[in-house]
Amino acid sequence: MTFSADLALAGPQLTLAIAALVLLVFGAFAPRATNLMTLGSIGALAIAAYYAAFGTQGRGFAGGLVADDASAFSQVAIFIASAIAIPLGQKWFAQRGIRNFEFPVLILLAALGMAMMVSAGDLISLYIGVELQSLALYVLAAMHRDDAKASEAGLKYFVLGALSSGLLLYGASLIYGFAGSTKFDDIAVAVQAGAGTGVLFGLVFLICGLAFKVSAAPFHMWTPDVYEGAPTPVVAFFAGAPKLAAMVLFARALSEGFHGASAQWSQVLVIIALLSIGVGAFAGLAQSNLKRLWAYSSIANVGYAVLGLASGTAEGVQAMFVFMVLYMVDVTGFFACLAALSRSGKPMETIEDMAGLMKERPGIALAMTAFALSALGLPPFSGFWAKFYVFKAAIDSGLGVAAVLGLVGSVVAAFYYLRLIKVMWFDGGVGGTDAPPAEARTIAIAAALFSFPLVLGALVFIDPLAKAAAAAFGLV
Amino acid sequence: MTGLLSLITFAPLIGVAAILVLRFFAKTEDEKTVSAGKWIAFVTTLATLALAILLVAEFDPANPGFQFVEDANWFAGIHYRMGVDGISILFVLLTAFLMPICIAASWKSIETRVLEYMIAFLVLEALVIGVFCALDLVLFYVFFEFGLVPMFLILGIWGGKRRVYAAFKFFLYTLLGSVLMLAAILGMIGIAGTSSIPALMVYKFDPALQTWLWLAFFASFAVKMPMWPVHTWLPDAHVEAPTAGSVILAGILLKMGGYGFLRFSLPMFPQASEYFTPLVFAMSVIAIVYTSLVAFRQTDIKKLIAYSSVAHMGFVTMGIFSGNDAGVQGAIFQMLSHGVISGALFLCVGVVYDRMHTREIAFYGGLVNRMPWYAAVFMLFTMGNVGLPGTSGFVGEILTMTGAYGVSTWTAIFATTGVILSAVYALSLYRRVIFGELTNPALAEIGDLDWREVAIFAPLIASTLYLGIYPAAVFDLTQASVDNLVALYSAATGA
Repeated sequence: MTFSADLALAGPQLTLAIAALVLLVFGAFAPRATNLMTLGSIGALAIAAYYAAFGTQGRGFAGGLVADDASAFSQVAIFIASAIAIPLGQKWFAQRGIRNFEFPVLILLAALGMAMMVSAGDLISLYIGVELQSLALYVLAAMHRDDAKASEAGLKYFVLGALSSGLLLYGASLIYGFAGSTKFDDIAVAVQAGAGTGVLFGLVFLICGLAFKVSAAPFHMWTPDVYEGAPTPVVAFFAGAPKLAAMVLFARALSEGFHGASAQWSQVLVIIALLSIGVGAFAGLAQSNLKRLWAYSSIANVGYAVLGLASGTAEGVQAMFVFMVLYMVDVTGFFACLAALSRSGKPMETIEDMAGLMKERPGIALAMTAFALSALGLPPFSGFWAKFYVFKAAIDSGLGVAAVLGLVGSVVAAFYYLRLIKVMWFDGGVGGTDAPPAEARTIAIAAALFSFPLVLGALVFIDPLAKAAAAAFGLV
Repeated sequence: MTGLLSLITFAPLIGVAAILVLRFFAKTEDEKTVSAGKWIAFVTTLATLALAILLVAEFDPANPGFQFVEDANWFAGIHYRMGVDGISILFVLLTAFLMPICIAASWKSIETRVLEYMIAFLVLEALVIGVFCALDLVLFYVFFEFGLVPMFLILGIWGGKRRVYAAFKFFLYTLLGSVLMLAAILGMIGIAGTSSIPALMVYKFDPALQTWLWLAFFASFAVKMPMWPVHTWLPDAHVEAPTAGSVILAGILLKMGGYGFLRFSLPMFPQASEYFTPLVFAMSVIAIVYTSLVAFRQTDIKKLIAYSSVAHMGFVTMGIFSGNDAGVQGAIFQMLSHGVISGALFLCVGVVYDRMHTREIAFYGGLVNRMPWYAAVFMLFTMGNVGLPGTSGFVGEILTMTGAYGVSTWTAIFATTGVILSAVYALSLYRRVIFGELTNPALAEIGDLDWREVAIFAPLIASTLYLGIYPAAVFDLTQASVDNLVALYSAATGA
């Protein structure tokens, strides 16, 4: 492969990198031109998405970078989510008098990191992708820098994230030491020949590090605090796309590099999945802050996605893809709702704040109801179809007991979703909510409409795309 | 006439759209808007009823298979597949029949958030009809589960004092049963490679596996039915629900459990059904005897009728799992008749509740002095509830007992005591509420039925008597499908 052919494969990543640098310089000289920055970054994301969807496919940079159906599918999803996050956040920060031209640049850099993650073909690009993405997110979490809680969230996120990066790196070095290569293909050959304790040890560390990034139990502790403290539109962004990227990376590393050891990692993943579902369901019962509640909900939801992965089949990976994409829309929409709501200038964040919302803001209340029902897994909302794929894959691959436990967990979690609906619909409110900003409101309602009914048509297209994406990993 | 089923299913949603448009243009919810919304809902339900009658008229009773079938590929192997046979068509008709009555019954008693109320009922109607028409497991599950939401809102927004408790209990109970059914559905799709209900009805599952699948479906339908001992959500839900909510709950939602047994448990898992028949019989008999006794001790009229519903559903499960012609026919008939009679009884409670805002039995007494027409109507439905020959209640009970007698003599004998017990609680309720001297001064000015209430009761009276005198009207429709079901079941179990 020539260098120029390698570069052609990296179209999306190069676009984002160049755009981020150009916009950074532009912003330094024209810090007031936020609208132009927004447009520029969305344009860059659109071009990157175009490259991802229609660019050439193959392996480049000596196997370090992969462009296939899986990376294309996830990159397009990630870029769309990033493009939505930019106007949502810009407006939110502007309302609070913070005019940071860095915001879109940081989103672009995070998107670049994620684009690298989903097309990582060896442990080095895996790590670089993860780090690039994480560093951008740490800064985003602390972006509201006059707010003590946001700073705390950013610091906590950074310290724990660094710990998980350490685990990841340690695992990677063990794998490299015992398998003799950082490339997934070579590792696969080594594992096939007989996975020694050293490689498996490294694999466990790798799994732990990645579980940290997707906030799966027992590595979930940072999630509620960070979600609570970070600015709401930032949470809307990093609760969705980065998790999709990390899950895809997870799937690629396990199925391309460690397919030979699938019996071993499958057990670990089942335990992680069930723990996450359990923690998410039970700990969520005690929450009154909606951002914390949704953090626990996201822990449970990641558990479902990991359960799909644990089946170790192409069907399971397809389920993971469908799950994460549908979940991403839901969670973005939900946090957009929260970003849209305030009462006399103060953000509404607890469940009690939502009392009587159905009478005051029926549009947002209906959207939140849709997200709650979707997260509950009630048909015909998108959350049901996401779980439908996951549980079907799990049951088909013989994980029936785990699937039933997961389903029971969703009944426990149903209680807190219903409580939110109860407060919005049954209770009387105190009134006085402010008019929601147009961006957040539009995004929330569009996401809700996707959750139901648009999903019923969209799945006709998502289903084959996710299937092709899953096939790229070479599982059966 | 393909497309007719989709039209019936989604017709109520047209009404929903109309109400939303109305609300959008009216800007405020003033009296005129509310009244227009009510009329839209009422006309929509009437139109749905007309379509359902057309469906029955076009239906070919001699054909045991599914008719009016629609089939379109969806995604992941799921199809949008609709169809009715002789069993499900009756439930479609029952739903369409009760809905206009519910809307009319809520005309004055619902005063807050009326438009939302009408929308909830119309959505519920669409979903329930969808449950009875769906011929794809996943589609069935979608309709079945989503039906929880409008009912949850009806209970929670327009319910009584403990409405939140009742709504949560209703939702969580049902959801737990349903997710187990979902696991079984996913397993069945994985094994059989299809989610088509007609294909699965003839697919032969491994008997050992059937046991698990049967139990998972049973968990869902037994809660929905509800069977003893998972019936405890029902009295709470009934007591807290607004009158029309109770009518829908008793009249239609409970029937989804019985329909599920007929559509899934019996044909798809025949060996397991036979294996578990003693369990079901035991639970049915306990339901009949125990809940009848519990009903006798109630002090709240609605709670009494709710418990009597559980007892009557005991006859249904007993009849279904007899697995013979008489039992199954009787069960279907009992469900229809109970849908009409219990619906009417809840409306009877609603009549006095609207006037006095209490359901305490002790509060009433001597109503016959002030409300002779009401007393007569209440009498008829009490007799129907007891199962007096000439009313529709009699036919179902006698047939289910005949069916059970052929399988288990003792079950039938114990069930017979239920007939006596039902007379005990129903007649004593009637005596305490209607007869005697009018002692409570609060009742001195209570008025008799007005023309709107008479109009609501008239179709219910007519159908109770019609079905009681000429039950063949129902059997003509169900015969072919039931024969087919029973033949499949007997062939599979070797009986």
